Amino acid sequence: MSASAIIFYIISAFILGAGTLAMTTRKIFRSAIWLLFSLIGVGALYFWLEVEFIAAVQIIVYVGGIVVLIIFSIFLTQQSGSEMPKQPLKRIIASLLAVLFGFGLTFLQIWRYNFQPSIKNFDLSVSKIGSQMLGTKAGGYALPFEVVSMLLLAAMIGCIVIAMKSPRSATNGKAKEEELEAIKESSDVEITINEITGT
Amino acid sequence: MSDVPISNILFVSTALFFIGMYGLFTRRNMITMLMAIELILNSVNINFVVFNKYLYPEKLDGIFFAIFIITIAAAEAAVAIAIIINLYRSHRSIDVEKASEMKW
Amino acid sequence: MNYSSYIALIPLLPLAGFVILGLFGKKYFKNSSGVFGCLLLLASTVLSLYAAYHYFFIDGKVGDTYQTLIPIKYTWLSFSDSLSIDMGFVLDPISVMMLVVVSFVSLMVHIFSLGYMKGEERFATYYAFLSLFTFSMLGLVVASNIFQIYIFWELVGVSSYLLIGFYYERPAAVAASKKAFIVTRFADLGFLIGILILGFQSGTLDFSTLIQRLTDRSSPQLLAIASTSFLGISLLTWALTLVFIGGAGKSAMFPLHIWLPDAMEGPTPVSALIHAATMVVAGVYLVARLFPLFHINEASLQVVTWVGATSAFLAALIACTQTDIKRVLAYSTMSQIGYMMFALGVSGYGGENGLGYTASMFHLFTHAFFKSLLFLCAGAVIHLVRSNEMKDMGGLRKLMPITNIAFFIACLAIAGIPPFAGFFSKEEILFAAWQHNPPIYYIGLITSGITAYYMFRLYFSIFWSKPHHSSPDGYRGITHHSEGTMSMKIPLIILAIGTILVGFIPFSNFISSDGKGFVSEMHLTFSTMPVAIALVGILIAYSLYFKQSDRPQKLAASLGGLYETAHRKFYIDEIYLFVTKKIIFNIVGRPAAWIDKNIVDGTMNGIAWTTGRISVLVKGVQSGKVQSYALYFFGGIVVLVILFLYVLK
Repeated sequence: MSASAIIFYIISAFILGAGTLAMTTRKIFRSAIWLLFSLIGVGALYFWLEVEFIAAVQIIVYVGGIVVLIIFSIFLTQQSGSEMPKQPLKRIIASLLAVLFGFGLTFLQIWRYNFQPSIKNFDLSVSKIGSQMLGTKAGGYALPFEVVSMLLLAAMIGCIVIAMKSPRSATNGKAKEEELEAIKESSDVEITINEITGT
Repeated sequence: MSDVPISNILFVSTALFFIGMYGLFTRRNMITMLMAIELILNSVNINFVVFNKYLYPEKLDGIFFAIFIITIAAAEAAVAIAIIINLYRSHRSIDVEKASEMKW
Repeated sequence: MNYSSYIALIPLLPLAGFVILGLFGKKYFKNSSGVFGCLLLLASTVLSLYAAYHYFFIDGKVGDTYQTLIPIKYTWLSFSDSLSIDMGFVLDPISVMMLVVVSFVSLMVHIFSLGYMKGEERFATYYAFLSLFTFSMLGLVVASNIFQIYIFWELVGVSSYLLIGFYYERPAAVAASKKAFIVTRFADLGFLIGILILGFQSGTLDFSTLIQRLTDRSSPQLLAIASTSFLGISLLTWALTLVFIGGAGKSAMFPLHIWLPDAMEGPTPVSALIHAATMVVAGVYLVARLFPLFHINEASLQVVTWVGATSAFLAALIACTQTDIKRVLAYSTMSQIGYMMFALGVSGYGGENGLGYTASMFHLFTHAFFKSLLFLCAGAVIHLVRSNEMKDMGGLRKLMPITNIAFFIACLAIAGIPPFAGFFSKEEILFAAWQHNPPIYYIGLITSGITAYYMFRLYFSIFWSKPHHSSPDGYRGITHHSEGTMSMKIPLIILAIGTILVGFIPFSNFISSDGKGFVSEMHLTFSTMPVAIALVGILIAYSLYFKQSDRPQKLAASLGGLYETAHRKFYIDEIYLFVTKKIIFNIVGRPAAWIDKNIVDGTMNGIAWTTGRISVLVKGVQSGKVQSYALYFFGGIVVLVILFLYVLK
């Protein structure tokens, strides 16, 4: 067992442990923090896989953006320290069984399949990513790139419209604050992504 | 890197996927459901990257998919938060069992 | 001139009247529907008269026989190559005669109703129903196919139901219309079975082919039907008797007569049209149409004769005791139709032998005139006095001079006094009876005496004897001093003239059992007996009713039980009620109702209840909880995955 294998197993144990705790803890803020750790673990896994670029994107966007967004919304909607109600036992058992069964089925397929790793070299450099992202020839991703930009715009506008308070009930200042926060969060995300992709 | 068999790495992603599913089924809070969805998306990302690196290293398609998935997950999380806030306004709670107006 | 160009219009014009007045009458024709209906019917009558003129005088006769013409025929429903139901028009002497009778009397009734039903709210509906009836009756008389006659038979029944129950707010009218429909429907069951037997045995439903196949002595169908027997009676007898039962129901023969007196609940012009001149003679017409078949089957002819004679006699007895003028007239109708029936029964076939047939049709013709006249006069009286009972009338001759004279003429006609129409036709009937079946002759003779008695009893009570209560102007209950509008008087005058003149038509030249006209003579010495008996009857009525006295009551008291039985219509209604209520309802009706309510309904309710329970159980799936949906979703995906991986390789 080489060192990288040991590191891999530690990282994966971290990911799975944090994930499980995120899904089972009763306090919501702790759940968010466990999620944070789990995502950091995934980033570490990317580092181990030598895809640094993706690791960086993961840390910046997921950890720094989305988890922060989630924490903000926790603050906005309830007391972060209080406990969440528990599900009925029937539901827990049913989901557990379903999940275990699904996992077994899927992993059976994966284990049986003989994956042949290729011996070619894997070279990931940012310049290659950049040129292919904006390339218009075969294998270029210019069109999806533009479409995703439109999607982000639509998402931003959509968030504003959905979370906007109707004029009738926009009387307390707290509502205005919520509105502003929502706008800020989405614009935060957009700025971050735009920075990364260099547009 | 090649002394960890691929199926082991895929074990991690599969397990993460199903942990996310369990959280989706079990959690009563809308925001925790959102967190579970993020876990699921992450597991899919791992899958893409692994397949790209080990099975088709001359191409970069898996990487791009991963990038786009991260982007879209961000957008989706934002919209989901907006919806949750809206629901919170009308129901004064983010318990998903309370938002059951679509029943018979 | 080609018949087919206009003959179809004769029944179709009233049908158009029914459709137009029925659909648009309430809105557009509120007051003019009467005139509209009359105009259509006038056109129909003119066409019928023209057709009759054409048929009888110009080209109907080939050699010395009147031909059966079929101008229009079209196959409606074809069961096999040989058996099909065709719709067609047949023109032979009796159908042309009936066209004239039906359309003419209907026209008179239409005109009379203009005045009688004025101010009625459902004026347009009334005329629509009248047109429907006229259409049905005209269709009945020109039917070329026995099934077609059955269709129109039922249509006539429906129209009669609608018209009897016209004043539907009155429970008595509703009950009467139901009774009429049910009794005739019950009789029609026999008719249908008879049709089926005849159609099956002869292989055809067309009248001329049917008659030809079953009367030809050498035809195989006749052999088959005559030799097959059921319960010891040949099939032909069964078929003809059943058909006659259908006719007896429609013609109110004993014992299916119970609906006719109750049918007087309808408006009086309706009674004049339906229950005097047209619908009730449909049974006689049917027997006449199938006469060649009846002639070869002695047994069914005997049934016809005796049923007719019994009805005539019984009805006359009952009519002597009734106090409602319309009921008296109803029983008198039944009696006269009995005459027509037994005239057919005693008839032979061919030339002079077929005198009974000719006499029956002649009596039908004249009876239409004087009976509808009687009913319309009664209508005028009822319109004035607002009551049907004889005790509310009396001494009306000064108030209603025209009605008085018309009624008198009609009574003379029905009593058989020369030279009015009834004398000629009755005399021929009695002569035919005397020739073939003397006991029937005696029954007919006595009945004509009784007929004269009760008709003049009615006449004197209405127009001559003073009213019972004395008040200054003598007439209590009369709200207006007018005889009726001009539209009510004109039909009376026309029909009265007809009653006087119609007797002189040499009927036997035109209508006879085999189509060949013959000359019938007047038997003067023979006729003295019936006339004498009639005069005796009139004298008795005069002595009892001309002036007000208590002689009628004393006579009724002295006859005691006999009078009471006749007054109660021989308890026939009570017998029917007993049979239906105690026997049929309890044994058949109640179990059937129980099965329907508990088993049939129970099954339906059970199915509905089960569906309800299942839906309550299933609706839990839609709980509105997103996570349950997610679980089901996931479960479905897993199933599909397993399916695709392992089952469908």
